[in-house]
This record gives sequence, structure tokens and C-alpha cells, in this order.
Amino acid sequence: MVLTDSEMEFIRKELGRDPNPLEYGMLDVMFSEHCSYKSSRPVLGLFPTEGEDVIIGPGDDAGVVEITDELALVIGIESHNHPSAIEPYGGAGTGIGGILRDIISMGAMPVALLDSLRFGYLEDQKSRYLFEHVVRGISDYGNRVGVPTVAGEVEFDENFQLNPLVNVMCAGLVPKNDIKRGIAPRPGDVFLLMGGRTGRDGIHGVTFASEELTSSSELEDRPAVQVGDPFTKKMVMEASFEIMDEIEVSGVKDLGGGGLTCCISELVAKCDNGARVSLEAIPLREEGMTPYEIMLSESQERMIFVMAPDDVEAAMEICRKYELPAAVIGEVTDTGRMIVESEGEVIADLPAKLLADPPVVEREARKPQLPEGQVEVKHPPLKDTLLKLISSPNIASKRWVYRQYDHEVQIRTVVKPGDDAAVLRVDGTTGVALTVDCNSIHTKLDPYGGGAASVGEAIRNVVSMGAWPVCIVDCLNFGNPEKPEVFWQFRECVRGMADMAETFSTPVISGNVSFYNETEGVTVNPSPVVGVAGKLSLDSIKTLDFKDEGEEIVVIGETGPELGASEYLRTVHGIVDGKPPETDLKAEFEAAKAVKEIIDGSGNKVTAVHDCSAGGIAVAVAEMAIKSGIGARIDPMKIPGRFRNIHEALFSESNGRYIMTVRGSARDILGGLDVPWAVIGTTGGRTLEFGDVALDISELDDAYHGVIEAYMST
Amino acid sequence: MRVGVIRFPGSNCDRDVHHVLELAGAEPEYVWWNQRNLDHLDAVVIPGGFSYGDYLRAGAIAAITPVMDAVRELVREEKPVLGICNGAQILAEVGLVPGVFTVNEHPKFNCQWTELRVKTTRTPFTGLFKKDEVIRMPVAHAEGRYYHDNISEVWENDQVVLQFHGENPNGSLDGITGVCDESGLVCAVMPHPERASEEILGSVDGFKFFRGILKFRG
Repeated sequence: MVLTDSEMEFIRKELGRDPNPLEYGMLDVMFSEHCSYKSSRPVLGLFPTEGEDVIIGPGDDAGVVEITDELALVIGIESHNHPSAIEPYGGAGTGIGGILRDIISMGAMPVALLDSLRFGYLEDQKSRYLFEHVVRGISDYGNRVGVPTVAGEVEFDENFQLNPLVNVMCAGLVPKNDIKRGIAPRPGDVFLLMGGRTGRDGIHGVTFASEELTSSSELEDRPAVQVGDPFTKKMVMEASFEIMDEIEVSGVKDLGGGGLTCCISELVAKCDNGARVSLEAIPLREEGMTPYEIMLSESQERMIFVMAPDDVEAAMEICRKYELPAAVIGEVTDTGRMIVESEGEVIADLPAKLLADPPVVEREARKPQLPEGQVEVKHPPLKDTLLKLISSPNIASKRWVYRQYDHEVQIRTVVKPGDDAAVLRVDGTTGVALTVDCNSIHTKLDPYGGGAASVGEAIRNVVSMGAWPVCIVDCLNFGNPEKPEVFWQFRECVRGMADMAETFSTPVISGNVSFYNETEGVTVNPSPVVGVAGKLSLDSIKTLDFKDEGEEIVVIGETGPELGASEYLRTVHGIVDGKPPETDLKAEFEAAKAVKEIIDGSGNKVTAVHDCSAGGIAVAVAEMAIKSGIGARIDPMKIPGRFRNIHEALFSESNGRYIMTVRGSARDILGGLDVPWAVIGTTGGRTLEFGDVALDISELDDAYHGVIEAYMST
Repeated sequence: MRVGVIRFPGSNCDRDVHHVLELAGAEPEYVWWNQRNLDHLDAVVIPGGFSYGDYLRAGAIAAITPVMDAVRELVREEKPVLGICNGAQILAEVGLVPGVFTVNEHPKFNCQWTELRVKTTRTPFTGLFKKDEVIRMPVAHAEGRYYHDNISEVWENDQVVLQFHGENPNGSLDGITGVCDESGLVCAVMPHPERASEEILGSVDGFKFFRGILKFRG
């Protein structure tokens, strides 16, 4: 129960009476942080949300942008952190189920899933358990519904041990004329509820997601975790498309957090309408459910279609074909009130707007102590350092994860997992590059800079493929916003993200906020997970592996003496401290623009492009070598920048940098560029050399592969 | 040429196969699981996916649907039938091809590209390859490990269609990952030819499976 005294007072004033117990439950759910965004809403207003390609911005189930003359890209992201901490397999699966429904609700066919996962270190048994079963949950659910999981990221750090982060992004495609909305504009239309039956699972899912977890949560909160059924979901998906094809529906919305209460009140409140819902009509999974349980259940695989009464029979026929329960459960009214009836009696009567638009809460923000300078450490030998870094689970190959996901179904996946971003074909000439990324250490040590850098890094991922960003989605994972330090982190982070998005004129079209990621006094590192979609031509795709011997290797962007907050410090020294790299918005943009121009202007003379981020230049070049089996000779002193030693040159995580190989003279291709760049070496041979330090490709390969496999029993 | 693409609840490669059949110049049409008569079709493809959620055992429930009786009838009429992935599991489950596809040696879902050797060219789907040609196609399954009690018989009857070349990613007996019935007209393969049928996706080796169906009927 989360309603505060002041919220109760507000509700009493609005109603002119006390809410009855059912109404209290409905309000409690809708006033939860998860449904209402009451703490975050004022801050989220900082994001740029408009652009000429934007068709639907934040506020609906997912955002929509134009991607070709005919097609729109629909994109959304969601967290399922708390359920995954309690029941990793089901929690992760229903996380996918939820975001899929959001995409389907817009009328779009889901074409790609991406996941961003954070766990404790793999030495810890509980973390291995959570990791194993979250991945299995995603695999079983995503594979069964036939939507490819094409990219993602995984981070391991102590602070996620008891509170893993499980974020899932989904992209869909829809002809621009067939886009649907979550609205109920016509009084007299009816609500057709179809799909899974309503049961007792997931009750208070959203309120439990709006509180901190405790050691007893695993026992006490299990009923709040929904039960997923990917097979039914696949049927719901197919039937939904058939209904939307054959019937002129006036609105569609999925049932997620907050169940029927949330879905129906939001549908009607958007159009200043009301609703009348008849409890007896709702298909139930079990007997004896109370009105409270029915209205709050978060049972999965349910959708509501708003349609004219005359169309109901045709829709029911489609549901029968797929053997899905379906029923008309109420109608749209013009009263503005959400009325629930049982056996002819009104048992709840609330203003729909009071449910759908609770008042915001002003939170106090206070700046915590943050590092100002660099951490001084003694640098171990270069060779050992690099091997240690690329064999850290945070950097090493994630093949153990992505081989469990069907990343090929729907035959769109042109660039498969393991590159900077996935590339999917949209039609015969256009592709979309998709990525999800986040830098939680930078954000912890500098929320503004880390927020901006997380957006910058995700954009670099798609630019490296040859794309230009068209939209951003975000999933903001933070601690308890009632703590002023956490709220300050949140606000600064969003400010940084918004400034970077603004610099690129790239709109933020959808998102999700997950607060209360705290368990037993440990707050997770603030993790602004950023999804970016970029548009590209299918004949100019770039990948990160070296393509040939004797090609010049170029670094674009400057490297500073910026080891603070680096993967190098975390993995090699066990230190998460120091001032993160500077965030220069303009330099990030200029570097991206330059790379895009070179790719577009020089055609196939640009042979490989790789984003430079965690682990710095050394790790980026090593990945290019490992993936191709081709070596390289690098002269670290030729890297453009102001570093003091070879470790700073190779392991700093300065922003706005790319690595590229070119066929022919780099001077001819990059000569006119107005950004810092330099040739730092040449590809070739079977060793990777940094000055006089040489590593065999096979040695790198052995270090990079099989790392996660060694921790997991199967 | 009319080629049926069978849809069970849970099929998920149906649209992909339909698309590639069109590219190959066939006239594909979807067939719902409860259809009992397929006389108008010249060939049938059972696409991959998770028919009935793979509940009980991959292919077990699809095997007892009306459409599989109609498929048996097509086989009697000597029309080509191709099962891909879940479709292959279903064909093994109903006994139209020898042996079984069971849980991978590494007991997890596994999606990766593989190299394969074409072991017989007498089927309609492999007629455009050379015997022992090495081709590339991806696999994506959790239950794809081929097993047969009397494997020498399968070899002797020339019923091995595809064999892993190099890495055997699921522990299949003799690396076998595609088999046919004695006539060669019914073919069950775990790798996905429809995912290797366009240059942009990394290989066109699989396209010959579909062009082969058309060629077969001249």
C-alpha cells in the first residue's frame, strides 16, 4: 500500500467522500510510481520529444517514427527488475510479454527484441542463478513468440547482486496508415477483452515495483509476479493482427501493470470519456475471485479492443479460430467516470481522470559527494592488463547469452549479435540499426555526464554501422526517489541525456522509469539504459571486424588522461572511482557527423568501423582483430590527445571516439575532416602489437571466448 | 506450382517460408492445421516454430492434427514434403522419416550458423546441389540432436540428406541433421534453408531447396 496521507486527502476532496475498499485498491495502484510517474514526470519534460519524423511521441504504449514513405517504426522499452529478482524465469519472460503487447497495441508487428541485463559478479552463486534463469526466460519466451532477439548488453557488478536489472526493448513495423492508438473516443463503443483469462496472479505487481525489495520479498511477493504463457501470447498476437486487419477498431490497449483498472481508465481518460465495466462478463481463470482481485489482477496475455457493437461478432469469430477466450466487458460512456458494476449494482465510481492522471509529487534533490579528480594507481604490464580486461565477463564475448536467442526468425537480421548494433532490413533498400546501451559507472560518478555519455555511446553504436539516429527510447533504473540524493542523480542524469539528444536533434519518443531499485540498503548504480534506432541504406552497412591486411587504422576523436570510472580501474584494480571522462556535446556530435559523412562519401573504401567505449582503444582494436582473425600493429603514441602514459592512451574511455579501417590512403579519405583524427597503425599478421608489446591473436581469442561459459554449468 | 505452408498454432517461420517460396517463383498458400484435404497442392512445407508451444515434446501435438493425415495422403500421391526445424520434428514424430530429433547435447536453445555437407541429391530439395557439396545455413533449436537405433540402415538406404561439416553443435549421431524417407520425397532438415536464401542475409545456399521443388515438377 503506497497511498500517502496527502494523497488520501486529495482523493477525499475530489470525491467528496472516502473511497470504498475496491476504489481504494484501484486508486492505490494508479497512484503508484510505476503507473503514475508521479516523481519523474516533471523531470521527463526535459527530453526533446518532437521531430519531423515523429508520428507518436511519449504518452502512448510505444513511440512511433516514420522510417520509409510507407512504413513506421514503433519502439518501446520496459523494465522488469523486481519480478526478475523474485522469480527470474517468469519475471524476464513476462517482461518480454509486456513490451510485445505495447508494440502490438500500436498495430505493429514486433520485429526485434533487445535486452539490457545487469547482475552481480558471476563468482556469486545467487547471481549465476538469476543470470541463468533470466536469459532462459527471455530465450523461451522470445523464441516461442517468433520475435528475434537481435542485440543487447550485459553488465556484472556487485551492486546488482540482490537487485538485478532486466530491461527489454522492442521494435515493430507498421504501415503508416494502419497505426492504432490507445484511445476510446466514441461513447457507445464496447470493450472487447480477449486473450488470457483473468486470474489471481500479479495482484499488486505495480505497487510492489514501487517499493524497495527486502530479504523476505522472495517469499512474500511471489504472488505479485505474473505468470507468462508465450504460446497463448503468440495466439493473441496473431488474432490481434487479424482483428485489426478486418475490423475498424477505434482503439487498442494491452493489459499490463495495473490490469483492467489501468487499461480502461487510461483508454477513456485520454478522450475525456468514461467507462462502465460489468464484472460478471470478465472471463476468469478461477472461481471465487473478489471484485478487488479482478480489477487489480495483472494476468498476462490480455488485450482490449474498442469497437462498435456491430463489429463484435466478427471479432469473436477470430478469437474462436485461435481458441482464445473473449468477451464484451463494458462500454465507453460520455460521463467521464469509471464505473464498475457487479450484479447490477455500482461497486466503484471514480473520475477516470483521477485514476489516469494523479497529481505529481515534488521531490527534494540534494547533490551527493562526487569524485573531483583522478585515482592514481600503479599500472601493471600492458599485456597482462589487456588480457585481464578482455577476459572480464563485462568485456568478453556474450555468445553464451545470444546463442540461446533465435536472432534470425522473420529473416530480417542482416547484422547479427556481436557487433556494435544489429541491423535489420526494413524493405529492399532501407535498414534500421538497433542498439541498447548504458554506462552505469560513469553515471554513478557523474550523473549528468554519464547520462549524456550513455546517449552518446548508444548513438555511436548505430553510427558505427553506417546509420544516423532517428529516435531514442530510455529505461531509467534508479534507487528510491524519496531519497534526495537519488532524486538529484535522476534529475541530473535526465538533464545530461536530454542535452545530448538535443545536440543530435534526436527525439526521445518513449521510455520507462524504474525507481526503488534498492535491496537491503544497497542502491543500484544509476543505470540510464538507452535504446537508439538509426536509419541506413542496406548497401552502406559497416561491421567492426578487420577486412583485409595492410589497411590503415584510424582513430577519430581525442583521447584524454581519463582513466576515472573506467572498466580498466574496475577490472584490473577493483576500483569504481575517479572523475569520469569529460562530456563534450559538440565534439560527440562532430565526430558522429564526420564518421557518417566519410561512410556515405567514400563508399566501400571504409572497411570497418567500431565504437570506442568500455576498455578504451586497446579493447576496441582487440575486438576488431579477434572477430576477423587478422592482427594489427599500433603505435599508441600516434593516438591524438593529451594522455600522460601508454595506459591512459589505451584504456581511457574518453567520449566521442571511433576506430575505422580504410582501403587506400587515409589522408585522401579523411583529409578534409574538421575533427581530430590520426592513423595509429596498420592491419596484418597474426599478432596484435602495441609498440613493443605483442599478443598472438589465438591468445586474445582464448581470453575473449568461453569466459561466461566457464562460470555456467551448461 | 501451388505449395502449401502449414500453420499450426505456434508456427513462427510460416511467413518466412512463404516469402522465399514466392521469390523462388512458386505459388505458396497457407494451410491451417484443421484442413483435411490438400489435393489441390503440388507440394507442402511444414515450417519451423513452436507448434502448440512445444508442450509435452516438440512436434508431439502437431503430429495428431487432421492436416497431418492430409500430408500422409500427399505422400501416398508422391508429392514432395519438406519439414524444417519444428517441421522436421513433426515429420519424425509421425514416422514419415526415420529416427528422432531430441534434446541437444548442450541442453539449451542454440542459434548459430553451421557448415553442412549435402549427402544425397536424390530428393527434390537437394537436386540442385552436388553430392558432398559444403553449404552454409543457420540452425536454431533446443531439440535437434538426431538419433536412430540402427544408423547404418539409414546410411545404406541413402536417407541421410544433411550432415554437419566441422562443428556438430547439438551432438547428433554421425552429425546427421537432415534425413528423408525411402522415396526421398519426404525430407526433414533441422537447419533453416529459408534463412539462407538471400544474399543480404549471408548465404543463398538454402534457396536451392525451394528452387528444387519447382525444378522437380519440371
